[in-house]
Amino acid sequence: MTLAGWILMAASVGATTGLFAWCLWRVLRTPESRDKLHGMLDTEREIEERDR
Amino acid sequence: MRLARGRWADITGAVSNATQAWGSRLGVILAVTGSAVGLGNFLRFPGLAAKYEGGAFMVPYFVSLLVLGLPLAWAEWAMGRRGGAAGYHSCPGIFRALWKWKGSPYAGVFGLIVPVMIYMYYVIIESWCLGYAWKYLSGAMALGNDPAAYGAMFQSWTGMAADGSVFQGGGAPLVCLALCVLLNFFLIYRGLSKGIELFCLWAMPVLVLCALVVLVRVLTLGTPDPAKPDLNVLNGLGFMWNPRTEQVGFLEALMNGKMWMEAASQIFFSLSVGFGVVITYASYLRRSDDIALSATTSVAGNEFCEVSLGGMITVPAAFVFLGAAGAVGGTFALGFHTLPLVFERMPLGQFFGFLWFFLLFLAAVTSSLSMLQPAIAFLEEGLGLDRKGSVLLLAVITLIGTAFILFFSKGLAALDTIDFWVGTFCIFVLACIQCFLFAWVLGVKKGMEELDRGALLRIPGWFPFVIQYVSPLYLLAIFGIWAYQNMGGYVKSFQDPANDVVRWSIGFILLNFAFFLFLIHRAVRRWSAALPRPPEAGP
Repeated sequence: MTLAGWILMAASVGATTGLFAWCLWRVLRTPESRDKLHGMLDTEREIEERDR
Repeated sequence: MRLARGRWADITGAVSNATQAWGSRLGVILAVTGSAVGLGNFLRFPGLAAKYEGGAFMVPYFVSLLVLGLPLAWAEWAMGRRGGAAGYHSCPGIFRALWKWKGSPYAGVFGLIVPVMIYMYYVIIESWCLGYAWKYLSGAMALGNDPAAYGAMFQSWTGMAADGSVFQGGGAPLVCLALCVLLNFFLIYRGLSKGIELFCLWAMPVLVLCALVVLVRVLTLGTPDPAKPDLNVLNGLGFMWNPRTEQVGFLEALMNGKMWMEAASQIFFSLSVGFGVVITYASYLRRSDDIALSATTSVAGNEFCEVSLGGMITVPAAFVFLGAAGAVGGTFALGFHTLPLVFERMPLGQFFGFLWFFLLFLAAVTSSLSMLQPAIAFLEEGLGLDRKGSVLLLAVITLIGTAFILFFSKGLAALDTIDFWVGTFCIFVLACIQCFLFAWVLGVKKGMEELDRGALLRIPGWFPFVIQYVSPLYLLAIFGIWAYQNMGGYVKSFQDPANDVVRWSIGFILLNFAFFLFLIHRAVRRWSAALPRPPEAGP
């Protein structure tokens, strides 16, 4: 394993692992992630209610 | 406008029985990641990286991720949510909502054909993984050190020797296939939240855990054979990651055009962009739900599995036991010939072999599930079928296809032909359509507004320029080079009088096209009878 190999491996693995960990942390720490997501029919109902 | 929206809501409620919804943000992210993570992450990527001088390959790989993979993923998520707000969850419907052209729903046929026909053969590969995992668990994989024994086992399991031979041998491959089909349709029948999402919520962490255990095993192998001190883990990692500059310099290695094309293809296929899956999954989101961070997380999750897990396991393990010659190969060769031999020589190999094929099986199930949902959504909203009816009809359609591919198993000719024309060619076409639709029909201004609504992550300023000019040109260039390099051989095989299976397979693909176009025609008439056009899904 050459120095260039170590650098490329560390950069590639570090970048993908770091990005995934950061994204997951952002997703999990946002309170909305515990909310129920809704389908289109709920959305339309909300639009109607808002329009009223 | 208020009346139109209200009426449209009533009508979509009447024409579609689709009241599906995701249960959580993490659930939809894991479902999309699960759809993307498959055999290509653990087998194709490491094989390619090792083939193209390890480290040098990562440059075009990450460039392709930035200018092709990520922009297309953002675009597909945005179009999906926008189409979902107009009441549609399938490609024909979403295209109809976003594209004011009469033929737009028919262009959406690719969004049905691609996932449905890929499922037809993918479920067979999934059953191989299940079969191999079971063989490891039951101790039936101890075939010794003869590589030919593993090749013979793969041949007999897949029926590669002769057409119809799978049906004549023992029933194990068919039992595994039946279990996979039942599992897929059971989960699809349970619905989006209780089926797909629930399965992905536990399957994805288990998959990563299995991969981490195998990774620790590989990294602690040391030098298994003291008689061959060069075959050790560090050299295995070096074979995968070292930029080999003895003959050519690093910059010179980057001049390899074929490497750029293969890197772009790997990113493109690995992320499942242009499959028609993400657009359907995103359509079940609420109008104000974040898509920027969710899309980025699912892309990052796929890259983590591919680079950090796949890139660290497969090639180093194969190198340690088999040397450089054994560490390079195609997906099936590396996965079903080489790795079983590696596990045979590894301490506790039966256990790690089971973990490996079980994680491949989980990766395959999370992908195959996602291939069924677009068609289910279409049958529900296009034909007004209920869940039971749509699942039953899709089961019949896919079983016919799977039986066709299973029967014409000699040299995997049917599988290979359908993979080429549907699993590669049609995906390129669909990705081009989606790119054009987002950048030029919907427009980057509206597209950015869509991405920014509810966003928990700021989309970079270069995205509009890239998705409008760079991504389409890059996509077309790869498509062109790929077609130039591969089309000739496939057209020749079509003309070869001895290749009946190739012609029948293409005929089967065209038959599917005709069938789904007919269904789309019925759906369009049904939608038009309800209301000429859906209201613009504006802010």
